[in-house]
Amino acid sequence: MNETNLAGAVPRRKMEIGGLVGVAAIIVVAIIGYFLFPSNLALLTRIIGTALLVLSIDLVTGYCGVATLGHAALFGAGAYGAGIAAAHFGITEPLTMTLIGAAAGAVAGLVSGAIVLRAHGLSQLVLSIAVIHLFHEAANKASGWTGGSDGLADIMPDALLGMFEFDLWGQTAYIYGVVLLLVVFVLLRMLVRSPFGMLCRGIKEDPIRVHAMGASVNSTLLKMYVISGMVAGVGGALNAISTQVVGLDSLSFTLSAEALVMLVLGGTGSLFGALIGTVTFMWFEDLVSAANPFHWLTMVGALLIAVVLFAPRGLYGTAQHLFSRRTERSA
Amino acid sequence: MQTMFSIAVDALAYGMVLFVISIGLSVTMGLMRVVNLAHGAFAMIGGYFASYAAQHFGIGYVGAIFVAVIGTVVIAIPLERLLYRRIYGSPQLTQVLMTIGITFCVIGIANFAFGPTLKTIPLPEQLQGSVDIGFRSIGAHRIFAIVCGLAVAGALWFLIERTAFGVKLRASVDNAAMAAALGVRTEVVYAISFAVAIGLAAFGGVVGAELMPVEPYYALRYMVTFLVVVSVGGAGSIPGALAACLLLGGIDTTGRYLAPEYGEFFFYLAVIVVVTLFPRGLAGRLK
Repeated sequence: MNETNLAGAVPRRKMEIGGLVGVAAIIVVAIIGYFLFPSNLALLTRIIGTALLVLSIDLVTGYCGVATLGHAALFGAGAYGAGIAAAHFGITEPLTMTLIGAAAGAVAGLVSGAIVLRAHGLSQLVLSIAVIHLFHEAANKASGWTGGSDGLADIMPDALLGMFEFDLWGQTAYIYGVVLLLVVFVLLRMLVRSPFGMLCRGIKEDPIRVHAMGASVNSTLLKMYVISGMVAGVGGALNAISTQVVGLDSLSFTLSAEALVMLVLGGTGSLFGALIGTVTFMWFEDLVSAANPFHWLTMVGALLIAVVLFAPRGLYGTAQHLFSRRTERSA
Repeated sequence: MQTMFSIAVDALAYGMVLFVISIGLSVTMGLMRVVNLAHGAFAMIGGYFASYAAQHFGIGYVGAIFVAVIGTVVIAIPLERLLYRRIYGSPQLTQVLMTIGITFCVIGIANFAFGPTLKTIPLPEQLQGSVDIGFRSIGAHRIFAIVCGLAVAGALWFLIERTAFGVKLRASVDNAAMAAALGVRTEVVYAISFAVAIGLAAFGGVVGAELMPVEPYYALRYMVTFLVVVSVGGAGSIPGALAACLLLGGIDTTGRYLAPEYGEFFFYLAVIVVVTLFPRGLAGRLK
């Protein structure tokens, strides 16, 4: 809300101020979270990992208009990439693990992008579902590498930068996660405002026109898919480092669907929307499942229906819309 | 040979059950362009109705099927009025979310009302044994499922190709606005097709309960399967759906028999191959 206000007042410096406010907001929320839930930092770190996945879905769904229910494939590839590097090859340096996760995510993005982008509409959705199930079954079968349904354990990351041990309370992991999120957020904000990001938005609006303009639609989308894979891979690696275990659920259809729900809850086509959606959904899930584990699915379902009916632009999108209408009226 | 034969029978029965449940989804998707992920939830509701009616009131199998179909349609009609009608013509993402939401609610409520255990629908004696067909014997229930599938396919073919309602339905599928301009009450066509689709889902849920056991997560477990069948067959096409069900049912069953450790790997591999080769489905009419 604040961001829109400032941006409306000084349009020429919208970009810098919006970005700074975003970074400041993430830092403030992170500090508040740290002091509000000191005993639950593991949950907060999990939220950050998932937020990276949701950001990466936003890149392809919100900015390119590719509907996907299989994006956890990229997240899981990052998690397993980092996990296998640590458990089988003894690469336990956290920064290196994160980079390996990003690379694994990028490769998974290339593979699943090459499959998913071959179709449109319903077929595209179905292809993405098929991709996530293939990844899931493949990981389950290759239990020598992935631990199968038992999960991949024995991930013991070294101290971060040789100084900060990953402690039992998850403080190091949490701070590392916040820093990663900030770096990714700033980079993505530059990316979506670059000419490349504009081209992606153009493809979302009208692919035929972009094609007629002389730009290659499919290779642009594929590039975005690879970038999206890197972001999701970083999220997966963060998850592997902080929980020290990788399970098959990180490659599941459920995670894909939930992450898409989070994105739409927050609002597609905006990085803030992705972050707000993730925090709201996971906080809500934690709250409801703690209060009454039997009913959390019903509540989540009702929440979804309510969002579709009453806030189709998502929380952030609706707030932005209301706000811009009010400023218009007063001007 | 023995294995081959039992695989073939099981695959046929499974394919037919898939067909009975997902043909309704295919028709409504072709007609209303709604990606209805909650279709499996209605099949599950049907299963619960039948099981409850049979276990608590001692109603026979045929009676239980009727209770299931009517009960599920009665539940579905207000949902169509209140929720589905608002998402006709919305972007696919919106439809996916709304119907996933409905599925989650149904799962939560079923879990609360009936508990997380498996529910059985007692079969009548005639369907319990096996039937000797000369050189081999087949489970009577498998034959029943196959016959039901064929009967549904035949009845739907007759309804769509040979009746006045079928003409209106086909007209609305091809061009809803033009059909409405010519005096077809598309609202009524939509409502009737939706009710038939839900009724068939409930019917399939009961008939297939032996192959796809009724439990709260049924709706989530098979949600994707039904959607995949429709996409592979091509929305709105009966022969396409039939072909897709037999093909995918065959691949899935063969995979489970011969390479169970691979799970659904081959099923989804086949899906990717078919959808890549036929982006509009085997008999695609999807526009």
